[in-house]
Amino acid sequence: MDAKSFQQTVDKIAPKRPVLKNCLKAFLTGGIICGIGQLISFFYMYFFPFTERTSSNPTVSTIIFITMLLTGFGVYKKIGQFGGAGSAVPVTGFGNAMVSAAIEHKSEGFILGVGSNIFKLAGSVIVYGVFSAFIVALIKTILVQMGVINW
Amino acid sequence: MKNARTYQFATKPSIVSTAVSVGPLEKQSPFRPHFDHVYEDERFGEDSNEKGHATLIEDTCKLAIMKGGFQATDIDLFLAGDLVNQMTPTNFAARELATPFMGMFSACATSISSLITASFFLETNQMERILFGSASQHNAVERQFRYPIEYGAQKPPTGQWTVTGAGFGILSQYQRDKPYVHSATIGQVVDCECKDPLDMGSAMAPAAFDTIQQHLSQNKGTSYDFVMTGDLGKNGSAILQELIRTSGVSSYLVDKYRDAGAEFYGNNEKFLSGGSGAGCSASVYYGPIYAELLKKQWKKILLVATGALLSPLSFQQGETIPCIAHAVELTME
Repeated sequence: MDAKSFQQTVDKIAPKRPVLKNCLKAFLTGGIICGIGQLISFFYMYFFPFTERTSSNPTVSTIIFITMLLTGFGVYKKIGQFGGAGSAVPVTGFGNAMVSAAIEHKSEGFILGVGSNIFKLAGSVIVYGVFSAFIVALIKTILVQMGVINW
Repeated sequence: MKNARTYQFATKPSIVSTAVSVGPLEKQSPFRPHFDHVYEDERFGEDSNEKGHATLIEDTCKLAIMKGGFQATDIDLFLAGDLVNQMTPTNFAARELATPFMGMFSACATSISSLITASFFLETNQMERILFGSASQHNAVERQFRYPIEYGAQKPPTGQWTVTGAGFGILSQYQRDKPYVHSATIGQVVDCECKDPLDMGSAMAPAAFDTIQQHLSQNKGTSYDFVMTGDLGKNGSAILQELIRTSGVSSYLVDKYRDAGAEFYGNNEKFLSGGSGAGCSASVYYGPIYAELLKKQWKKILLVATGALLSPLSFQQGETIPCIAHAVELTME
């Protein structure tokens, strides 16, 4: 049996990912997560001396804390199966990636297990996040130096 | 080379005793009444998944030995395997059992490759009783092959759920009232260039097809109650049925075809395409199927366990997924 004709059989029979349905679910899940984030942000602005700009730090911390709890109680993977990218793209996805790896590797101890594996999934986000931030900052610095834009 | 992949066993080695244990989630399986032991704790009372996996194997082996009315010292050889790196759960269980031991790896096809090997050993008349089988533990296997258990990745509809379960049996000389191994076909590695580790059913279907085709060509005219693959899942078995249909090998097979993985969790959509893992085929073959053979509900069946021979490393390096299928024909007189 040659691989090419077999792949055609697979394409014909294997169930496809329901892309449209998944997109709608992701939109809904991501939207709800961000909506909750906004509410928390308002909370910090009304009850604490945070501005619209500075409230983002405590908001992100709170959201990640909630994600940690949900991951630990086994709820987040269910949200993930339902929401797909909607639950992976917001900062909650980052928190889940770290906490799930930490829980998983606790059996190998805190140094060889948790410590060295906590960024197993989230490591790429940090590496390429920091790298692209550096590039963007470099471009902006050049543009400011040339007088094209201001800080 | 005798130019054959199919062998008949003249001494008719019989499966004289079996035992099956599963984890808590497997309670939902329609095969539940035929499981000897359902554990309430997915780690089997141990503090890590891997230790729990070893305990599952050890306990199930002891149960199979006990059910047959034997002692561990009656076992001439322990042939088994699992899916964890270097098969530590099976190795550690073998340490506790203290029987002569050889580890076997054919991924999820180990349930049958261990039985085939055991049959050959018995044919030599140098051994009397061989303990064989395989097991898998969901968390230990998933964390190795995919993501951390609590990571919220979305699985596609072709995804399968690794079964927490163990199925072991004891193969001995021919006994009239027990099912015996009539013949076996040793699989070849088949690679149809599938790359998606979340669609193993599709990758393994051609291997199963190749082995079934080979076995049937050597046993022309035999009528089977059914042919049962190991863990192709709903998707993989649909593809295998299509391959059988279009090739015209033996069209009657299409109706008499079953898959342990597809049936394992019933029609629960939460488990997507169905069960998988070395414990999936083992717990179905040596639990419900064995029980039905004993009751003479079935007389002749073909069991075809399939295995995907990938590692997380080979997948990350962009390799395709080579697959294998081994078949055993069981007869009950």
